[in-house]
Order: sequence, then structure tokens, then C-alpha cells
Amino acid sequence: MEKIIDIKGLVFKYNDRVVLDDLELEVRVGDRIGLIGPNGAGKTTLLYIIMGFLKPLKGKIIILEKERKEEKDFIEVRQKIGLLFQDSDSQLFCPTVKEDIAFGPLNLGKSHEEVKEIIDKVAHFFGITHLLERPVYKLSGGEKRLVALAGIFAMNPICYLLDEPSAGLDEQSKTKLIEFLKTQSTYLIVSHEKDFLKEVSNKIFKLEKGKLFQLL
Amino acid sequence: MHLEVFAEGRSLLHILDPRVKIVSFTVFVIFCVGAKGFLPPFVYFLIGFGLVFLAKLEFKKVLARLLPANVFLVFFWVLLPFMYKSNPYLIETPYLKISAEGVYQALLITLKCNAILMATIALLGTSNVFMLAHAMLHFKVPAKLVTVFFVFYRYITVLHEEYLKIKRAALARGFVPKNSLQTYKTYGYLVAFLLIKSFERSEEVYRAMLARGFKGFFPVLNHFYLKPLDLFFGFFFLTVIFLIFFF
Repeated sequence: MEKIIDIKGLVFKYNDRVVLDDLELEVRVGDRIGLIGPNGAGKTTLLYIIMGFLKPLKGKIIILEKERKEEKDFIEVRQKIGLLFQDSDSQLFCPTVKEDIAFGPLNLGKSHEEVKEIIDKVAHFFGITHLLERPVYKLSGGEKRLVALAGIFAMNPICYLLDEPSAGLDEQSKTKLIEFLKTQSTYLIVSHEKDFLKEVSNKIFKLEKGKLFQLL
Repeated sequence: MHLEVFAEGRSLLHILDPRVKIVSFTVFVIFCVGAKGFLPPFVYFLIGFGLVFLAKLEFKKVLARLLPANVFLVFFWVLLPFMYKSNPYLIETPYLKISAEGVYQALLITLKCNAILMATIALLGTSNVFMLAHAMLHFKVPAKLVTVFFVFYRYITVLHEEYLKIKRAALARGFVPKNSLQTYKTYGYLVAFLLIKSFERSEEVYRAMLARGFKGFFPVLNHFYLKPLDLFFGFFFLTVIFLIFFF
């Protein structure tokens, strides 16, 4: 299974505004892709289309070697590709950090024992063991981002889609994020920070006027 | 959620002064509800239809809005013909009597209801809510009431956006609704979080408003100017409504 994501001729419009215009994208195992582009270029839109939240006007979306068209095709995609939302507030909704991390694994059908193990492992990895019992809406911005990331990591996805994971993080949290990324093999990161992207990616694309251009 | 689907456009009804539209609408509703006989309500229905046509709205979208109301009206069609005890009956057997009067009443309600709905869509729906709120201020509706109306409306969309976000977050982590405790627990979390987040969001927005000098009412930026076209439309429309009602 070489190609994880393969998008061909993607066209997407918001009302009359063309956002993505005949866009092509390939993500193979081992690709660490950085994606930059001006505000409103359609970066988040692209991630939402991959996850099946938005339906494109035209184009083929092949994920894990199957064409994905309808809502039910995307259930498998969502179990295997992890999306970190731009706004962590839109990702966390369980009462406590622990339950939020457990949410994904439970959806994957893991048993309670397994889930407990996963929570321990993930919390250790991100150094958030002390936050586990805290309510999510009382965390700081940086803590929320880490917890959100932990919630996705807990599902052990084969590919991550990260929407501005470094925005608003302090040095320490950013180092943690970079450490985490080094342990992962396949991801696509949307970011405005070029230095950060150079450090963590082996390919950089720019999204402009609805198309992707390879910069690196 | 896009609540103002009909507000974008360039038809005659879109460019009319909202004040004229509100007056026309109010008078239309009052006369339509009070109309007697069969012909006047039917003509009002045609006028409602004509307004939608004049606003150049997509009929599919208008129909989608009318459908839920008409589903409700089906109950009138089911109940009324059996409830009226008056003669003449359309069908009369010892066990089943269908009253002509009942059918007539159901028909009237359907006509009037759809006429008013279409007029609402075509006259009020073609202005955005900010313009309507502004027009209400011109009619000396208390500023507080207008603000409440406006903020209330504004936040339906925000609530819906919050709901979509949480739903996406759940779906993104492989949530598939099943008949299980986990599913119901998740729904419980969704609703609870929706409440907390909308509350927090409203506080934040309120702070942001205060930070920019909000004093309890919205200042008005663009003022309305009555154009000859507005006066002509208002005069013509009201005359037609009066004439239909009294003849």
C-alpha cells in the first residue's frame, strides 16, 4: 500500500468562488508534507475534503486505494487518518481530558482495558499525565493543543493531517510537537511558519489559486 | 448554516426599501388572514406566488421551505372534514360523513398559510436581518427589543456552527452512531458541550463588543432613502390588496 491519499482533478467552490481548481495531491507512506498558502487559499478546505466533511464539485478522491464518494466511504478514512483541527476548541468536547483521549479508541472498538493502556501511554508520551482528570474547557491554549493531538495519536492513525499545529505554542510545547512528529512517518502539515515546516517535512507545497506548487 | 439564502439577489424586491417591504408585508398578512369567501384568499395566494416570482428566487429552495409547513397542514385536511357537523356533506353514509364546509376550511387555511409564507420569503427574506433590524428601529420599535431580536438571530447560526464543529470532531475520530451506551454518552457530551461552548462564546463576543464601545444598541451605518420606485411599489401593492379585500 504505497499511496495513502491520491487526489485527482479536484474542484471545489464556495458559492461562486473557486477555491480549489483542478488540484492534484499524492501522499505516500513516508511523506512528510508541509503545506503553506495565504489565508483563505483553501488549505483547511482541502483537509475537510479528504475527511469527507465537504463534497467536491469534481474530482477523484482515492484514499487507501479505494475511491471515496459517499459518507459511508469516509468512515474507514476517519478511522485511519487523524485530523488535528485548526482550533483545538472545536476538537475537544468530552468532560475530562481522559475521556477525550478515550473517545477515538472507543470508536475503534477497543476494549476498556486496552483503552486505559492507551491513555497511559499517550499521556506519558505527551507529558500530560497531570491533566488527565481536568475538564477540557479549563485548559490553556497550549494544553488544549497537546490534548487534541494526544486524542488523535491514541487512535494510531497511519497518516496525520495537522492544521496549523504549531500556531500559538510556546517553545517548550513546540519542541514537544517536533519530537512527536519525528516519531511519525506520514503526515501533512498546514502551517504558516516556514522554519518549522523545514524542520519537520521532506516536501513543501504551496497552495495558491486553487493549485499546489512544490517548493521543496 | 446559511439562513439568508434568499437575501442575495438583484431583483426588484431585493432593492426595495425594507421599510416599504415591512409595511406591505404587515398589511398583506392582516388582509390575507381576514379575507372571506374563496376568491380573495385564492387571489392572495396568487399574489404570494407572484412575489416569489418577482423576487426571482429559486423555486426549488422556496418549495423546500414551504414543505414543512404543508406537512403540518395535512393534519387539517385529515381532521377538519370529519369535524364539521354542518350540511351539506360531500359523502354521507351512516358511518362516515365528510363535510363540505370542513374541506372548504382546510382549503382556506392552506391557501392563506402558503400565501403568507411566500410573502414572508419574498418580502422579508429578500432583506438581510441587519436591514430588517435597522428598519424596525425606524418604526420606533424599542432599541432593546431590536437588539435582542438581532443577537438572537445572529446566534442561531453560531450555535449551528458550534454544533457542526463538535459533530465533525466526533466523526473525525471515527464516531459511528450505534445503539450503544457509548453512542448515547457521546450525544450527551455533545449537547452539554454545545451549551458550555455557546455560553463561553457569547461571553467572549460580549467582551469583544464591550471592548469596542458597545452601549446596548447597534449604531446604524447606512441610512435608508426612499426612492420613487419604493413609493410606487408600496402604493401599488397596498391598493391591490385593498381592492381584492373589498370586492
